[in-house]
Amino acid sequence: MTTMTDPPKESFQLSMLLNDTRYRSLTFQAIAAILLALSIWYLGNNLIQNLRAAGLNISYEFLGNPSGYDINQTLVEYDSQSTHARAALVGILNTLLVAFLACVTATVFGVIAGVLRLSKNWLVAKLMAVYVEIFRNIPVLIWIVIIFTIMIAVLPGPREFRGADPDASMFLGVAAFTNRGVYIPQPYFIRGFGGVADLLLVIAFLAGSFFAVRAVNARATRIQEATGERPQTLWTNLAIWFGPLIVLFLALGLTFDVPALKGFNFAGGIKIGGPLIALWFALSIYTGAFIAENVRAGIQAVSKGQTEAASALGLRPGRVMNLVVLPQALRVIIPPLISQYLNITKNSSLAIAVGYADITATLGGITLNQTGRAIECILLLMLFYLTASLLISAFMNVYNASIKLKER
Amino acid sequence: MKKSVFFGAATVAALAAGAAAAGTLDDVKARGKLNCGVTTGLVGFAAPDANGEWKGFDVAVCRAVAAAVLDDPNAVEFVPTTGKTRFTALASGEIDMLARNTTWTFSRDVDLKFEFTGINYYDGQGFMVPKDLGVSSAKELDGATVCIQTGTTTELNLADFFRANNISYEPVPIETNAEAQQQYLAGACDVYTTDASGLAATRATFEDPSAHVVLPEIVSKEPLGPLVRHGDNEWGDLVRWTLNALITAEELGVTSANLAEMAASAGGNPEINRLLGTEGNLGEMLGLPADWAVKALAVGGNYGEIFEANIGEATPIGLARGLNAQWTDGGLLYSPPFR
Ligand SMILES: N[C@@H](CCC(=O)N[C@@H](CS)C(=O)NCC(=O)O)C(=O)O
Repeated sequence: MTTMTDPPKESFQLSMLLNDTRYRSLTFQAIAAILLALSIWYLGNNLIQNLRAAGLNISYEFLGNPSGYDINQTLVEYDSQSTHARAALVGILNTLLVAFLACVTATVFGVIAGVLRLSKNWLVAKLMAVYVEIFRNIPVLIWIVIIFTIMIAVLPGPREFRGADPDASMFLGVAAFTNRGVYIPQPYFIRGFGGVADLLLVIAFLAGSFFAVRAVNARATRIQEATGERPQTLWTNLAIWFGPLIVLFLALGLTFDVPALKGFNFAGGIKIGGPLIALWFALSIYTGAFIAENVRAGIQAVSKGQTEAASALGLRPGRVMNLVVLPQALRVIIPPLISQYLNITKNSSLAIAVGYADITATLGGITLNQTGRAIECILLLMLFYLTASLLISAFMNVYNASIKLKER
Repeated sequence: MKKSVFFGAATVAALAAGAAAAGTLDDVKARGKLNCGVTTGLVGFAAPDANGEWKGFDVAVCRAVAAAVLDDPNAVEFVPTTGKTRFTALASGEIDMLARNTTWTFSRDVDLKFEFTGINYYDGQGFMVPKDLGVSSAKELDGATVCIQTGTTTELNLADFFRANNISYEPVPIETNAEAQQQYLAGACDVYTTDASGLAATRATFEDPSAHVVLPEIVSKEPLGPLVRHGDNEWGDLVRWTLNALITAEELGVTSANLAEMAASAGGNPEINRLLGTEGNLGEMLGLPADWAVKALAVGGNYGEIFEANIGEATPIGLARGLNAQWTDGGLLYSPPFR
C-alpha cells in the first residue's frame, strides 16, 4: 500500500525569482551587486571625466622627483634631495615605529589596569575604573594635543640648561628631559666591528643564553617530574643571561655617548623626539583603557570554578591569576585585542597634530601639498593602511589560533 | 550598510559634479555670496576681530570682489584654510577664490592649475628669533630647531637655504600660525620662519614684541596674491581687474574721500572716468554694472588706504610700503592701464 508519488516536478518560472523564498534572497543580492557595481563605475567615470575636464591626469611620476623638504625624525638616510618615494618610506617607518611602541605599552597598561580593576582593594579598583572611563571617553586627538601641550609647557627648553647657574639640569648628569624631547646616553663599542655586526653579535649571544636557559628549565622540569622537587634555577639562569653578555660588552669596550648641550640643542646620545613621546604615550594610554576592558571581560569569562579549584589545590592568588586564569582568559582577550592594535595603527595617522612625521604627514601631507597629487597620494595611503592592517590581523590570527583551546 | 555606502557615494558624486561647472561668476551671483578662502587667523591679513567680523589686508580683497559682483562687501563667506587645505579647497570648488598670503610659483600656476590674478604683496621669507639668543644672522642658526608651517613654500626655501649654507637644522612642521606661535613662545623651537610680513604680524600679537628680532636675511621671493582655478577666464579677469582697480585708484589719487564726488560725473582725467564707469563700458565687458569699481573702492578705499589701515606703519604690525609702493614712488606696484 505504498503509493508514494514523487511531488510533481515543477518547472522554473521567472516569477519564482521574487515569489519563491529559495531564490528571492539571491535575486536581491544580485540586484544589489549590480547597483553597487554601477555606482562604482559611475563614480570612477565621473572622477576621470572631471579630472580630464580640469586638465589633470593620474600619474605617479612625482614619486621619483626630489622632495625638497626636510624631516625631523628619519630612521633611514634622508635629506631634502631625496625623492618623494623615500620621504614616504621615512613616513612608513615612523608610522610602524610609533604603532609598534604603542601596541606594546598599551598592552602593558591594559593588562595591568584590567587585572587591577578586579582587585579586592576598593581604592585600586576604583582608581582603575576612573582611568578607564576618563581615557576611553575623550577622543584620542585631544589626548595627543593635551599631552604634547603639557610637555612643551612644563619641561624646560634646552636654553634653560645653559649658563653657570642654569634653571634646569640633567637627570643624574646623563639624560636631559627637554620640551623638544628626551636625550638619553647612546651605548656604543670602542672595539666594535661596526653597527650591524655588533648588533648581530649581541643577538647571537642573547639567543645562545635563551636556549641554554630553556635547557636548564627543561632539566629542572624533568627532575621535578621524577622526584617531585624542583631544583633552584634562578641563579643559574641569571648567570646564563648576564654572564656571557657582560664578557662580550667588556671585550668590545662598551661606552656611552652622553648627550651634551651644544649650540641650540643637545648633541650626542639618542634623541626621542617630543612628538614621538606625546603620540606614543597618548595612543598607549588611550588604547590601554580599551584593552583594560577587554582584559577584564576575558578574566570574568573564566568560570569561577577554575579559580576555586586552583585555590583548593593550594595555589597563591598571584599564581592562580598567572597560571590558571590569564591563560584561559587570553582566548577571549585576543580577538578584540587585534582590533585595538588596528586602531592604534590607524590612529597614529593623527601624528601631524604634533608634527610627527608619519606617512600621513609626509606622503599624505607635505608631498600631497607640494605636488598637488591628491588622488595619487590618498590612494597610496589607503593601500598602505590596508596592507598594514591586514598584516597585523593575519599575524594576530595566527597567534590566536596557536592559543585556542586544543581539543585532544 | 550597503545603503549607507550607496548614499555616501551618491553624495560624493554630486559634489564632484558640482565642482566641475565653469561659470563661477554666475554661481556667485546665484548664490548671492562669495566664498573666499583666507587664513585661519593672521592679524592684519585675515582674522576675525572682537565682533567676529573678518578684517585684514587679504580680507579686503575678498570684500572688494564681493562688492563689485554683488554690491555688498559683507556678502562673503570666509573659509579659513591652512597651508595644507587651501589648494584642495580651491580646486574642489569649495571656495571661489583664495586670498591667503599665497606665493605665486611656477608649479602652483602650471602644475596645480591655478591662476594667480596679480600680486597684492611683494614679500620674502624671514627668520624670527628671541633676542636673548644673541643671534644676529640666519647663517648662525646651525643646529637650531625651526618652526615652519607645513604645506608652504617656506618649507622648501628653508631646506634650500640651510643646504646652500651647509648648516643643519631640525624642522618642526606645524599646521597653523597660532600653533606655531605657541610652540615658538614655549621655546619648543628656536626660530620661527615664514614670510616677513607674516612674522611682523605674528610678532605684533606677542606680549612683548621687543623681545624678538627678525633677522636681516630675506631668503626668497614671495609674491603673494589672490588666485582662482584655471579654466574660468572670465572669473579670473574679474578678480584680476578688481585688484588692479584698487592699485590704479591709488596711482590716480582716487580715495574714499573723493570717490563719491569723482564718480558722480565724468571729470578731466579719462582713465579715472573709465575706471569709475563714467565713460566707456569696461564694467559691461566684465559682465558687471558700469560702477563696479566704485563699489569695490567704496569698501575700504584704494590699495594704499587698505594697506595703511591693516598693516601699515600706524598699525601695531608696522610694515613700511617698501617694495609695495607705487612704481611712481620707487616700488613695484604697477597696474596695467584701464583702457
Ligand atoms: N607664502 C607662503 C606661506 C604662506 C603662509 O602659510 N603664511 C602664514 C604666515 S605668513 C599664514 O598665513 N598663516 C596663517 C594661518 O595659519 O592660517 C606660501 O604661499 O606657501
